[in-house]
Formats: sequence, structure tokens, C-alpha cells
Amino acid sequence: MSEAAIELRNITKRFGSVTANKNISMTVNKGEILSILGENGSGKTTLMNMLSGIYHPDEGQIFVSGREASIQSPKDAFEYKIGMIHQHFKLVDILTVTENVILGLKGEGKLSIKKSAAKIKEICDMYGFEIDPMKKIYEMSVSEKQTVEIIKVIYRGAEILILDEPTAVLTPKETENLFGILRNMRDAGKSIIIITHKLNEVLSLSDKVAVLRKGEYIGTVETKDATEQSLTEMMVGKKVSLNIERAEPHDCEKRLSLTNVSVTNKEGVQILKNVSFTAKSGEILGIAGIAGSGQKELLEAIAGLQHLKSGSIIYYDPKTGKEENLRDKTPLQIRDLGVRLSFVPEDRLGMGLVGSMGITDNMMLRSYKGGKGMFLHRKDPKDLADRIIKDLEVVTPGTDTPVRKLSGGNIQKVLVGREIAASPTVLMAAYPVRGLDINSSYTIYNLLNAQKEGGTAVIFVGEDLDVLIELCDRILVICHGQISGIVDGKKATKEGIGMLMTNLPEKTQEEEDAQ
Amino acid sequence: MDFAYILSRAVAQGLPLLYGSNGEILNEKSGNLNLGIPGIMISGGVAGIVGALIYENSVAEPNGMVGLIVSLLCSVACSLLLSLIYCFLTVTLRANQNVTGLAITIFGSGLGNFYGGAISTILGITNNSIPATAAAYKMPLVPFYDKLGAIGTIFFSHGFMFYLALIIAFVSWYVLKKTRTGLSLRAVGENPATADAAGINVTRYKYVATCLGGVIAGLGGLYYAIDYSNGLWDTQSFGDRGWLAVALVIFVVWKPNLAVLGAFLFGGLYIAEIFVPGLTSATKELFKMLPYLVTIVILITTSLMKKKENQPPESLGLPYFREER
Repeated sequence: MSEAAIELRNITKRFGSVTANKNISMTVNKGEILSILGENGSGKTTLMNMLSGIYHPDEGQIFVSGREASIQSPKDAFEYKIGMIHQHFKLVDILTVTENVILGLKGEGKLSIKKSAAKIKEICDMYGFEIDPMKKIYEMSVSEKQTVEIIKVIYRGAEILILDEPTAVLTPKETENLFGILRNMRDAGKSIIIITHKLNEVLSLSDKVAVLRKGEYIGTVETKDATEQSLTEMMVGKKVSLNIERAEPHDCEKRLSLTNVSVTNKEGVQILKNVSFTAKSGEILGIAGIAGSGQKELLEAIAGLQHLKSGSIIYYDPKTGKEENLRDKTPLQIRDLGVRLSFVPEDRLGMGLVGSMGITDNMMLRSYKGGKGMFLHRKDPKDLADRIIKDLEVVTPGTDTPVRKLSGGNIQKVLVGREIAASPTVLMAAYPVRGLDINSSYTIYNLLNAQKEGGTAVIFVGEDLDVLIELCDRILVICHGQISGIVDGKKATKEGIGMLMTNLPEKTQEEEDAQ
Repeated sequence: MDFAYILSRAVAQGLPLLYGSNGEILNEKSGNLNLGIPGIMISGGVAGIVGALIYENSVAEPNGMVGLIVSLLCSVACSLLLSLIYCFLTVTLRANQNVTGLAITIFGSGLGNFYGGAISTILGITNNSIPATAAAYKMPLVPFYDKLGAIGTIFFSHGFMFYLALIIAFVSWYVLKKTRTGLSLRAVGENPATADAAGINVTRYKYVATCLGGVIAGLGGLYYAIDYSNGLWDTQSFGDRGWLAVALVIFVVWKPNLAVLGAFLFGGLYIAEIFVPGLTSATKELFKMLPYLVTIVILITTSLMKKKENQPPESLGLPYFREER
């Protein structure tokens, strides 16, 4: 049972002057799930890329099934039966599942799609995937695409699977499905290496955990001997408190009130239905719900990016005391009132930052209108960029490095940092910690708390119910575009919120109206 | 007016476009937006004439078949050379594809002008300077075509290059749609990073597809130069056929089988003015716009339909570099 599938010996990889991996040795056995844990930029992905042939180690040796392997290209990796599922899927959109799976494989010149599709069906039945081999990739959801990636590596006969943050884009239900499949595969004798930030996933899924810190190997522990606290300490290298300080809200005033807001999308489907709530200054209002229940549209409606079918959004201006209806305003006017949206979508660079520009220039996207004359003034944005780098510990060679070259977590810090720096009166943050390691996540939570202390109305859309319960003063639960309940953060339970997320009490709407 | 004759002219007009667009489709399927195709077509044509000319002037009794083979080889060699330059610049050195392509087209037009103008005048080249070779090109493969009535006139009065074009179009369609190589090529044009991760040699596919496409496009120029204009090159009369071939690629939504129909339709539209009676020189120009107008309409409708299959390859025009993130 404990036969080594892969053994790394003294692996070192440098990029220019930066050492991404230093002297790393670890082992994965057959029929075992190993988690690799580490903060953003600790070299997890680099290490795995050396197994999948994208990079080549500068020093050290890789042994596959006891024999030394030289993996020069992704093709070599297949030959050693190593398959990697990347964070960004490597699929061709306009091709079908089958075509993607057989892409690049050797075989007869003429394609026999039917035969391949049948073989894919077989694999699906064996491990419990549900997928139509003739479906086109562009018609698929994120989790379906991930399934295709997994089928692809199994089809190629992979015995060792590497998954790079597979759950970052999945809903809790989809994650559970994936884990079920991974456990099936482990039981079938395959080795699985999974990179993740989420400690609860590590604890529930893996057999062993290897921890990296700043490119160095810290150690491997048996999952059964580990706790969230002990793993965090290994990862960060110091004791960290995993409790979020929740101060009592004070000086609460009405800041934003929504009445019967409804939104329909382009296809005419109703996304939000009669949503009414009030956000107050000095408190964090959490929004919980299954992904795609209308959270994104709700925030966009407030920011002026969605057209309201009906309803009103009243903003109480703290400076003038006037009431403004945001419904008639442009996104720019809304922003100038102090309503800020720091939206972290699935595609981090899609909204908010320009990938090919440096941090300074990205700061200027918000302030370029402020300067006098026709020339740009770079000093203030540069100072701001430096401050964000320092305060949020952004790892970057400099303020002029294009942000797309930073790691995902660092990109997120830049985005959140910029929105907070504008000292907003309403701050909306959607999934601000998605893909962030535990230390950075807590930095973000603390930032949100500091904003709340400063009298900002914070609206926080999150997916981790534990965090929502610990961080938020009130939690609004949304289900199919309707509010199924607003609960007190101090009294809320996970089970209670979970119920509200999936069920819409019939009375709720009337109660809401009555209030 | 003889309707069958008009259609046979439309087919003859369409052939250079069919070669050109077929070549460009192969280019674009590999992710290379080759705007050098018009230049490569001109160069391929001129090289063919020059080859035949040298051969026919160096022997006392030139053999048509030998002239045909010599001109064919010269044309292929010239197109291949230009395509290799394009590949080296855009694939190996990752230069901007549009700039590189335009440079090649400018070079090709210059070559055409230089040869068709100065050189042809000095050497006294007429439209009967390579009689043996031209005759070999024009010889109908179906000798009894005139007994087949209208069908015979439209489809079987042409030389071998008509059949070659159809064969190339069919083979291109088959390879792209039904074979492993075609699947890999499509993947390279859509998403080279994915193709690379799947173990496909992206650089090799781009080189081969682009060079093959260039050679095919060059054959279009060769057909125009020897079969259509009898060995007398005039860049002015070749006109914008090269660009029309590029436009045709959009018109047929990157499908070689549709390119056959599209090319003959474009060919008909291109000469429609000749057969419509009572046109002034101004309205003739309006008629010449037709192929472009149709292309714009197709471009708008396919974009509006948003059908993914009818969009250009996703990485069209983008260089690929494995280590970029």
C-alpha cells in the first residue's frame, strides 16, 4: 500500500534572482491524497508545474514509481502517467468534450469520435461523473469544465493526479461531489495531490498534508494528527489568532435602503424579486446564499451597473443629510457619493483591474479625472500603491510590474486595497478572500472591520458561513433572488442559515412587507 | 446572352479566389492572420510566368508539360519562401502578424509591378510569350466537354487547375473536420496553450499550416497568371483579388467546402458589371463593390447570431509564448 508513486528529492527552482522552490523533498504514495498547503506565492504551483513538465527543476531529482524521471514537457508527464488539472482550464471552447479529451493523443489518422465517446462514458460510469460527451465546452458551467479536465487526465491513463485549487470556483455542493470522486479514485489506487487554501477541505479530504512556506518545505503531517490551528502555524511560521474581533456596532445610521428592488436579465429571467433591506453605517451586513442566487446582481444594482425593473434604492448622504435615489444616477455619480464596489469576480482581472498595467496605473483608473490640466499626475497614485504594498504585504517586484504577473491573491489585495483607500461611505465586497490564503484573508477581514469602526456601511458577500457568522453583525440570506431572511450574526447558526439558503419560507415576503 | 458562358466565366473568376481563400483558411485555422496572402498570390503568379518564360526561351521546341511543371515548381518555391519568412517572423520571433503580412503584400505588389511593368516592357513580353505552357494549362481534362451542353461549358471547359482547386478544397475540409491532424490544428488556432499542454507541437503546426496555405494561395496567382491572362502579368488587372480571397474566408465562415460555392459566387459578382447592360463607368464601380458589401453583411449577421462555431479562431492574430502568464 505504501509504495511511493512520486518522490521529490532536493528540488530547487529559480526564476532570475527569485528562488521559487528551495531544496524541497516530499513523497506521495499510491492510493493516497496529499494536500499541499502554503500561503499565496509560497511556490506550490511552481512545484507542481515541475511535475507536469511546464517548468524544469534547476536542481534535484524526481522519482516516479521508484525510477528517476526526466520530465521535459507536458508530453513527458503523460508518459509518466502524471496528469495536472490547472487552475485555469486548458480546454478549447468550441470543441466537444470528446474532442477535447482526445486532443493531442496518438492514434489512427481518422477520428473515431463514437468510439472515444463510448470510452468516456465508461470512465464517467466508473467514477460517477455526469457529463454528455458530445456537449460543447462553451455551453458548460465551471464545475462541468473541471469534470472534463479530470476525465481528460484519466482517459490518458494518469495514475497521479495533481489538482491546483480545484475548489476555488465551485459551490459547496459541487465541492462535495468532487471530493466524492477524488475519494473513489484514491480507493482505485491512484495518487492525488491537491493544492488548496481551505483548511477545512484539507482536513476532510486528505491523508497527509505537506506545508510550504516562502518556497521552503516545512514538513509533512498526517491529517489525523493536524488541526486548523497547527496547520496555520506551520504555514505562517508564527502563532496567529483565528478569531475575528467583532466590535459592537455603534452610531448606526441608515445609509442605504432598498425597497422592492427587482431586476431581470437580458433573457428576461427575473434575477432579483422584491428585495428590500437597509444597510447601516458602522455595521457589516453579510449576504449569504448559494452561488448565483442574485448576489452579484444585487451589488451591481446598487453600484448602478444593473437596470432596475422596479423598486428604489435610497442613499442617505452623511455629509448633506439629503436622500438620493440611486436609481436615476450613473455609476460614476454613485461612486462619487461614496458608494464603492470592490467586486472580486471569478475572473480576478475581468472587472476592476487592467492586467497589463502596473499597480500605480491601476490606482489611477479611479483618480485620473481628479488631476488638473492634460498631463497625468503620478505622485499620489504612486504613494497609494506603495502604501497598499506595505500595508497588505503585496508581493511584487515594483509598482510598475503589470498586475497580471502577480499571483491571484496579490491581485486581489491590490483591488480591495484601492477601493478601501477611497474612504467610502458604503463598501461592497464580494468574495474578497476567494483564493486567498488564511493570513491574507484575515488581513482583509481586519480591513473590513476597520472600515466598519470608521463608520462605513459594509456589505460583505461571502461563501464561508463560519466567517460570515463571526464577522457580520447581520446576515441577509438570499435564495433564488429573494430575501429568505435576515438574521443576527451573534445568534445565527450555520444550520439555520443553510436552511434559509435553500428554502424560501412562504411567509417571509409578507413579514418583510409588514415591517 | 449565353448564360452558360457567363457562368463558366464566373467559375474561372472564382478559381484564384478559391485557392487564395483556401490558403488563408489553413493559415487562420493555425491562428495566423496572414495578410500577406495577396502578396504571396502575386509573387506565386509572377514566379510561375518567369519559370515558364525561361524554359520556353532556352529550348528550341518547348514541351507544354515540361513548361507546366517548371512553372508550377517556381510558383511553389516562391510562395513557400515568402510563407517561411512570414512564419519565421511571426511564429519564431513573435512579430506582429498584421505588420508582417502587410509588408509581404507590399513586397508582392512591388514585385508584380516591377515585373509586369519595367521588365515585361524591356523584354517585349506579349500575351503569347509562353504559348506551349499556356496551352498545357488550358487544355480541358474532359475533351468532349462541348458535347455536354451547358454543364460541360460551365464546369468542364477548364484546365487541370480547376480540378486541383476542388480537390484541395475537399481535402482541406476532410482533414480539418475528420482527422486527428485537423483537430490538433483547430486546437492550435483556438487555444495554443491548451494544445501545447496536450502535447501538440504548436510551432510545427503553425509552420506547416501556414506554409501549405501560402503555397495553395500562390497557386491561385499562378492560375490567374498563366491560364487566365496567358502569361502576361499586369498587377493592375489582378487588382484586389488577393484581398477578396481574404474577405471570402469570413464569408464562408472558415469552411473550405463552403469556399467552393463562395468563390464562384464572388467570381460572378466580380464580373457582374460586364454582363449587366446599360451601365455607365460610375455605376460599374458600384457593381464592383458587391463582393465586399456581401462580406460586410455576412460579417454583421454572423456576429449578431453569436454562434460560436461561426466566429474566427479564438487566438487568431495572437503570438504564442509558452512561458507567458
